[in-house]
Amino acid sequence: MAGKPLLDVRALYKSFGKLEVLKGVDLAVAEKELVFVIGPSGSGKSTLLRCCNRLEEPSDGAIYVDGEEITAKLADLNAIRRGIGMVFQSFNLYPHMTAEGNVMLALRKVLKQPKAEARERALAALERVGLSDKADSYPNQLSGGQQQRVAIARALALEPKMVLFDEPTSALDPELVGSVLEVMRSLREAGMTMLVVSHEMRFARDAADRVVFMDGGNIVEQGPPEAIFGNPQHPRTRDFVSQIAR
Amino acid sequence: MEFIIQNFFNLGIMQQAFPFLLRGFGMTLLLVVLVIPIGCMGGLTVALAGQAKSPVIRWATVVYVDFFRAFPPLVLLIFLFAGLPFAGIDLPNIASVAIAFLLNTSAYYGEVFRAGLESVGKGQTEAARSTGLSSLQTTAYVILPQAVRNVLPDLVSNTLEVAKLTSLASVVALPELLYSADMARSVTFNATPIVMAAGFYLVLLWPMVRLLSRLEHRAMASR
Repeated sequence: MAGKPLLDVRALYKSFGKLEVLKGVDLAVAEKELVFVIGPSGSGKSTLLRCCNRLEEPSDGAIYVDGEEITAKLADLNAIRRGIGMVFQSFNLYPHMTAEGNVMLALRKVLKQPKAEARERALAALERVGLSDKADSYPNQLSGGQQQRVAIARALALEPKMVLFDEPTSALDPELVGSVLEVMRSLREAGMTMLVVSHEMRFARDAADRVVFMDGGNIVEQGPPEAIFGNPQHPRTRDFVSQIAR
Repeated sequence: MEFIIQNFFNLGIMQQAFPFLLRGFGMTLLLVVLVIPIGCMGGLTVALAGQAKSPVIRWATVVYVDFFRAFPPLVLLIFLFAGLPFAGIDLPNIASVAIAFLLNTSAYYGEVFRAGLESVGKGQTEAARSTGLSSLQTTAYVILPQAVRNVLPDLVSNTLEVAKLTSLASVVALPELLYSADMARSVTFNATPIVMAAGFYLVLLWPMVRLLSRLEHRAMASR
């Protein structure tokens, strides 16, 4: 990995009450890198992702984004989050706003852009995900795949340094997964840094730079996709990979 | 039959009492546009306080809501208007009404808004905050519009009750519709003004009842 990492997670711990979910995770993601995190449910992968924009509050450890410690006590959370996009499993579009309204809200209220400028940028973001013709549609008029692409546009419009994807295709019908993956692929080609929690193995194989396998709150093994999927070293990785390959 | 018309639907008395009742109706309208926003704003404040991080504030909210839901509004109003002077606090009748309605209806509106806020999934807040919106912006632009939409029938229903409750102001001699009607009854020694008051209330509230019914049907259909 060349140069300073864009995302640097150091000795991250997270407990929910007595349950320790992350047990000292170290993870660095370089600029323009696409890193996949896989692992059984309860392994802590989603929690790790959610700590990276502090939707979850880490119990201990530090996270740096672009050299800035986002876990610092006085860190400006809203300013930090503006620079880190997030895409959720269940899309979480605002149902009372059109696709364009969803994308425009943060542009207007966080970046304080005038309406015309925000609209232009929102349309450009929707264009990037192939949905400029759906700008005036409400979420309930869109398919799951289209909703998720609007959610990606909402994250992209803020021109983030990186985007976190939390199981972006798990809630989608199989025939709709492809369109979302296609958008993610185009982001990768455009050089977006991405940390993705997902089990889309085939996508990971040909798009990911690195696959990280987590189990029991720790990173067990990581490496290029062909190594993790083709020749896993750790028995737990082997178990898991053979299960999801089925 | 003659007897009923004479005592309840007496045209002559209607003519005499009409301007008087119209003024009372005006006062009732004024009360409605005064106490409903007060109660709504108060209720919203209560509901938002109920979601505060501080357990002390949340606990205080529960106590407040419980207390004023168990406190009969008529007792509260008479206490404010006729009880507090014993402590040297003399409130004009309109102020007593405003405060009593704030305390009573904010507790009820608070419960409605609370249900609304809780009906909006956590994912909405997370999505909004992940784009850098502040907590206040998230509430204002993302959560509240959905919350209100989700409990609109309950809000309208509660508002209907509050509008009817304004007749309580008659006990502190505020010349609203019921007070005016009862005055007219005692002067004319005839029940017609009371029937007229009921008619005025019907004119005021029937559209709201219709609206409520439509909202409820729509809510049922979307379920």
